[in-house]
Amino acid sequence: MAQFTLMLREDGKVFEKFSPAEFQAIIARYGAWRDELQRNGKFAGGHKLRDHEGRTMRRNGGGKVVVTDGPFTEGKEVIGGLFVIEASSYDEAVAIGQGCPHLDYGSIEVREVEVTRRP
Amino acid sequence: MTDLNFQRVSAQIVATLTRILGPRRLSLAEEAAQDALVKALQLWPHEGTPSNPSAWLTQVAKNRALDLIRREQRLVEIDGDPAAIADQNRPLASRLPDTRDPSAAARLRGEAAPLADDELAMMFLACHPMLSREARVALTLKTVCGFGVREIARAFLSTEDAIAQRLVRAKRQLRDADVAFELTSADYPARLESVLDVLYLLFNEGYAAHTGDDLVRAELCREAIRLGELLAAAGPKICAEGAPAVHALLALMHLQAARLPARVGGDDDQVLLRLAEQDRLLWDTAAIASGLQHLDAASAGDRLTVYHLEAGIASCHAVAARYQDTNWADIVDLYDSLIAIKPTPIVALNRAIAVSRLRGPRAGLAAVDAIAGDPLLARYYLLHATIGDLALECGDRDRAADGFTAALACECSEPERRFLERRLRAVAT
Repeated sequence: MAQFTLMLREDGKVFEKFSPAEFQAIIARYGAWRDELQRNGKFAGGHKLRDHEGRTMRRNGGGKVVVTDGPFTEGKEVIGGLFVIEASSYDEAVAIGQGCPHLDYGSIEVREVEVTRRP
Repeated sequence: MTDLNFQRVSAQIVATLTRILGPRRLSLAEEAAQDALVKALQLWPHEGTPSNPSAWLTQVAKNRALDLIRREQRLVEIDGDPAAIADQNRPLASRLPDTRDPSAAARLRGEAAPLADDELAMMFLACHPMLSREARVALTLKTVCGFGVREIARAFLSTEDAIAQRLVRAKRQLRDADVAFELTSADYPARLESVLDVLYLLFNEGYAAHTGDDLVRAELCREAIRLGELLAAAGPKICAEGAPAVHALLALMHLQAARLPARVGGDDDQVLLRLAEQDRLLWDTAAIASGLQHLDAASAGDRLTVYHLEAGIASCHAVAARYQDTNWADIVDLYDSLIAIKPTPIVALNRAIAVSRLRGPRAGLAAVDAIAGDPLLARYYLLHATIGDLALECGDRDRAADGFTAALACECSEPERRFLERRLRAVAT
């Protein structure tokens, strides 16, 4: 078993227009997906990333570190949260991601957590 | 999480925040409630559902409302109105937009618990008589029932933009008039009529197979009954003299709703069945019992409302074991009383149908002919369908065919259309 992260990208505005009943139905779908993974021992955790506080740091051409507010640009998809799952292969991780309701509201990037095996 | 209902919780939050912050900040209360739901959607899938979801949502909404108020106050400080800027020496509180009420944030911090009467007060606010009927209905669905704009638009075959604008206008009217949230006992009687009118309209919109989405319509009926029961439970606190009318409306709604399970039939339940064709064993006996109980309670007063008479008519149908057992004499009497206080062409048409059952199709047809010229009925499918039915009973196939053809040319729902086509085919055979 290897660990994978499902990075959930979404346009922050996508959820604003839902009605209370729709919110409840959507949360129930996420809950069902998560419960199923938990039952099969494939759920390893999840994190919501805080909105509007992310900053991007990088070096500019002169080697100085530049910090920019962001990564948010209006209307752009940002990583809103991530799930960590257990899967035996990348394909299985993708299959699990395909069942995640998040795909109706944004996109999911599947990445394997690389582990260096010590001798 | 089984009995958690986001619509209820969201409406409760809006009502509680509106009580604490005042109806002038209704929009802010709604925004805070909505933001709490967004937060739940973003957090619960990762962290799991909290052990007390309603308390969680309420707390998050409260915090959000505090943020929004702080932002509102900062904005006034920074770019506030020219008068406030010119007078920087005045204390901050008097420069806030809500000058009578500088302590909104403080009260919000101090108070958390929703009160049982919040929902009731919210209902009376949303149904304020100064608002148009359409606005009252939309605002009630939004704030008291927890519907979304899209759902309201779907229920009334309107656009989201139109509904959203209607809501904004209504909230502005309430703000400009500086309406209070808490009602005094003197306010209740005058406002109750307006509330009952909205519930009646919600129920009828849900009940009529006319427009909109099926699921949403069933919910309209359920909500109208729920809110009616809420009024009845509040009873004398609201107003003693209004209580019989509340019970009468509840009786009407329960008795009508009892017939819903029997109203469709045929392949895929796609055919609308008339009273005479319905399988009365499918009627909801518990709903009939509640209806009759409320009708009993409704007789306490000495004021006869439209709801009393319409509930009386519905009860005549509800207690008849078979169609042929229907007491048409009582029904015609009730229609005669109803038409005296509600002289609309639709009531007259229904009375004509009852007359045809009591005195025969010719008498019924004469009663229909007497009102057929009414311009309000000209495009109403049920007028022409009734002429078709009665003409067929009199053996006048040509007139019957004309009637059903004219009915099909009017606006009607799919089940109604199939029903009319079935009737037209029956004429030909």
